[in-house]
Amino acid sequence: MSRAPTRHPGLNLGPSHQSADDAASVEVFGFWVFMMSDAVVFGLLFATYAVMVGRTAGGPGPSELYDLKSVFIETLALLTSSMTFGIGATMMKHGNRAGWLVFWLVASFALAALFLGFELHDFVDMVHKGGVPQRSGYLSAFWALVPLHGLHVTMACIWMGAILLQMAKYGLDDAVKTAVLRLGILWHFLDIVWIAIFTVVYVGGLA
Amino acid sequence: MWHALRLFLFGRLGLDNMPFDEILKAHDTTDLISGCIGTFAAALAVGGALVTLWLMTRYRLWGKFWSNWATSVDHKKIGIMYIALAWIMMLRALIEAAIMRGQQVAGYGGGGMLSGDHFGQLFSTHGTIMIFFMAMPFLTGLINFVVPMQIGARDVSFPTLNSVSLGLTVAGALLIMVSLVLQPFSTGGWSGYPPFTEARYNPGPGPDYWIWAVTLSSLGSTFTGMNFAVTIYKERAPGMKLMRMPLFTWTALCTAILMIFAMPPLTVATALLALDRYAGFHFFTNTAGGDMMNYANLFWLFGHPEVYILILPSFGVYSEVFSTFSGKTLYGYSSLVIATMCIAVLSFTVWVHHFFTMGQGADLNAAFGIATMLIGVPTGVKIYDWMLTMFRGRVRMTVPIVYGVGFLFLFCVGGMSGILLANPSIDYQVHNTLFLVAHFHNMLIPGLLFGLIAGYTMWFPKAFGFRLDDRWGYRAAWGWIIGFMMAFFPLYVLGLMGMPRRTVSFLEPAYLPWTIIALLGAFVVLFALFSLFMQLWVSIKNREALAVPVGDPWDGRSLEWSMSAPPPEYNFPVIPEVKGRDAFMTLKEAGDDLGEPEGGFKDITMPANSALGPFLCVTGTATAFGLVWYIWWLALLGAAASFLAVVLRGFARNTERTIPAAEVRRSWERWRDRAMSAPRVPRADELTDANRGHAVPAKQEIVA
Amino acid sequence: MSRSRIDLPPESDPAATHTSEAREERRNYYLGYVLALVLTLPVFAITGFHLLPTKEIYWVAGAAALVQMVVHFRYFLNIRFKGQTREDLHLILFTTLILGLMVGGTIWILFNLAGRM
Repeated sequence: MSRAPTRHPGLNLGPSHQSADDAASVEVFGFWVFMMSDAVVFGLLFATYAVMVGRTAGGPGPSELYDLKSVFIETLALLTSSMTFGIGATMMKHGNRAGWLVFWLVASFALAALFLGFELHDFVDMVHKGGVPQRSGYLSAFWALVPLHGLHVTMACIWMGAILLQMAKYGLDDAVKTAVLRLGILWHFLDIVWIAIFTVVYVGGLA
Repeated sequence: MWHALRLFLFGRLGLDNMPFDEILKAHDTTDLISGCIGTFAAALAVGGALVTLWLMTRYRLWGKFWSNWATSVDHKKIGIMYIALAWIMMLRALIEAAIMRGQQVAGYGGGGMLSGDHFGQLFSTHGTIMIFFMAMPFLTGLINFVVPMQIGARDVSFPTLNSVSLGLTVAGALLIMVSLVLQPFSTGGWSGYPPFTEARYNPGPGPDYWIWAVTLSSLGSTFTGMNFAVTIYKERAPGMKLMRMPLFTWTALCTAILMIFAMPPLTVATALLALDRYAGFHFFTNTAGGDMMNYANLFWLFGHPEVYILILPSFGVYSEVFSTFSGKTLYGYSSLVIATMCIAVLSFTVWVHHFFTMGQGADLNAAFGIATMLIGVPTGVKIYDWMLTMFRGRVRMTVPIVYGVGFLFLFCVGGMSGILLANPSIDYQVHNTLFLVAHFHNMLIPGLLFGLIAGYTMWFPKAFGFRLDDRWGYRAAWGWIIGFMMAFFPLYVLGLMGMPRRTVSFLEPAYLPWTIIALLGAFVVLFALFSLFMQLWVSIKNREALAVPVGDPWDGRSLEWSMSAPPPEYNFPVIPEVKGRDAFMTLKEAGDDLGEPEGGFKDITMPANSALGPFLCVTGTATAFGLVWYIWWLALLGAAASFLAVVLRGFARNTERTIPAAEVRRSWERWRDRAMSAPRVPRADELTDANRGHAVPAKQEIVA
Repeated sequence: MSRSRIDLPPESDPAATHTSEAREERRNYYLGYVLALVLTLPVFAITGFHLLPTKEIYWVAGAAALVQMVVHFRYFLNIRFKGQTREDLHLILFTTLILGLMVGGTIWILFNLAGRM
């Protein structure tokens, strides 16, 4: 089955949402450009982590600080939330089903909150084990990279809250639709960054 | 109790941060003079600000300023504001340069007129301002003003974001200006290398000023880059294919893409340095596993593409200047486009040549040395294309062409010294000497600055509706060319003689004659800047005689010349249909430039004003100021307000307003009538009062 | 289904296509999710239970991560080699190039330096 060309990355609204789709072709592309710029930030922090991971300066190293079980739960939560978000977006696209959209968005929010909760627990645990960023170059690199991803997830959650409030106020208008598409780009992008984090930082540190 | 309250309210800001502190604590005459210079500069800054505020109040300009400028999201006005900022900052940084040249004469045998710390602050602010707050705003301003008109668009893709970019840049500039009064600024140079800038060796506010000023401006530039990449990809008029875009737009696209990818490394570098300084992290410290060499790596991952962010728009300006003032289409359009793209990609592969001497292996240095030399190839292609554009053209020696020709000669000299420096073994000999200073000024003054001033001269009539006085224009151009040669060619000699850069005093008598020549050159350059300000003043006074309301004073080729000067806020009454390169010239030659649009006039939707840009400018400045001086309540308040403003902006609806078709028609008819009554002028009368901005197309002039 | 979704006016968009398109899109997300799990669970298993030597875990995890990124691009971000606008593809390829240069360059330079100290 051949496929019609897309106008921008992520889910395309298509002709049944003509005006929102036109706006999205510029707005989502603009946001995608921003994501690429952000990807460079993460790329450089990964490179910094890679060169500093051996610089423990006599302090604790990865194997003493990381907890694979917790990271596993975080990974499942984040992967599942990417799927739930996508389903929500298709609910919006096909038939403007606002109720279902809200349901799936809230589900994604809950999974992201679960992720953040476990991550926070990890961080507290690391601090108790002496893994504070002031301890060594390695820990500085860790604390710049992994919490930055967490901060992005937090921002995405706040953004989702703002979008839900906008929906309550204006209904499912074009601005809300394109905002959901942009948030989707961020949501899936953060998943990709997390794949790199669990592979490089956690699996790399505990293997 | 009082102490705790003071600490809460003012952080570490105290009386000893006032500029006259150096006078009070002076040990010798040098300190005394140094303190007086600093105090005088601070007084000038405060006085200038107060006079401006008073004048604005006296003439009741605040309302107009707010609604016509500060909250405007019109790309043309934003562009003009960027360039105004660039001129103000250039004035300061150029005076600083002259003072430093003076010190390198007076400092022979020790002493002189600047203390070592003050000298360090001067070269740090000079470099930081010239790159981030002169060159970047200037080129961003030109791109803002010109590109949407060249591609047949009414505005950029994200007009409010554009205003936010300006606000962040202004916030950074304000912070640097404040550092003139509440001292000290960093002494770490424009690149701010740790460990010198780490808290352990430099606990004061200096490096923090630098970090936050640069961070604000780099965020602004990232957004600008995104905005223009999207604009150029998505907002082109029908028929304006990529390979039909004017070359300035092409260079703007490549610069925008470079900004998107090259500003993040700077943001990472400054953010990690800030974490080191504020939170005790160990990224670049000498202890606990820090690695200061990663800073050099990160900084130049930004720094080298930055060089091309700076120079590509000027290359675009030269392309427009050479073809417009030679009355010819651009020679080798495709090769110029390909060369621009090659430069943009190659610029990411050469950053190590800024730190050849850091200690990495010879094989690594050799790879980056070869990549560096490769960049000379596309640049060489461009030089030939420009010369061939002039070849057999009817070249008019207008002010922009004088800059252009000066550029062709001087840039080649600079390029030659660059090829020398690209060789690691030669770089080992001359690194950190004035030879390097001469080299990059040789690239940036004739390459970047001449181009920007040429662009300013060429597009000024489009922005304000009158030409710039050309007598003062020629004086400025020759002043820049001669002044540059006098000020920087001696530095090549001094560098080869072994004089290190950033030297506050020296004992070698052989240096002295050359530093004196360089100082004289600095005076000539100051005269050139003075001429530019005189030119502006004289032109405003004679604006009636210099008026070009029809909008095409130079027999232009691209679409920005097709509308009135100044243009209506929506640029195009009707979006044009583009059929080839040199879109406006084609229309003129066919005699269609005044014809009524076929489809008639329609309502035009334009973005409404927004206060978000100026608001983030204020909160950004406040946050950064609070962070510099450890005034935590101010920093938190500023950050929270910024965040809230951005979230609330998402709730805004109806951010557009409509201009009725009838109004568009009226304004178009006014312009058409004026054009009908103004005779078309041949190029011989270009610089006379007869030029009302209505040109005879070059080809028809030859036939006649 | 070889119609242009951009040129088609909304009223001529038949409801039947609509639902089949909806089903296909949802299937994409489910499929992407399943593939992501298939590429994730074994990596955690071999790491958690040390089923392979360390070096081999690196290789397996690295390869799985790269494939999983492609899966996310394909099924969650709807990016393919064909059927994109030109600028989308430009951007992705250019970003990949720049990331490669910057990350690869950083690692090369700093390990080279560290090796010579």
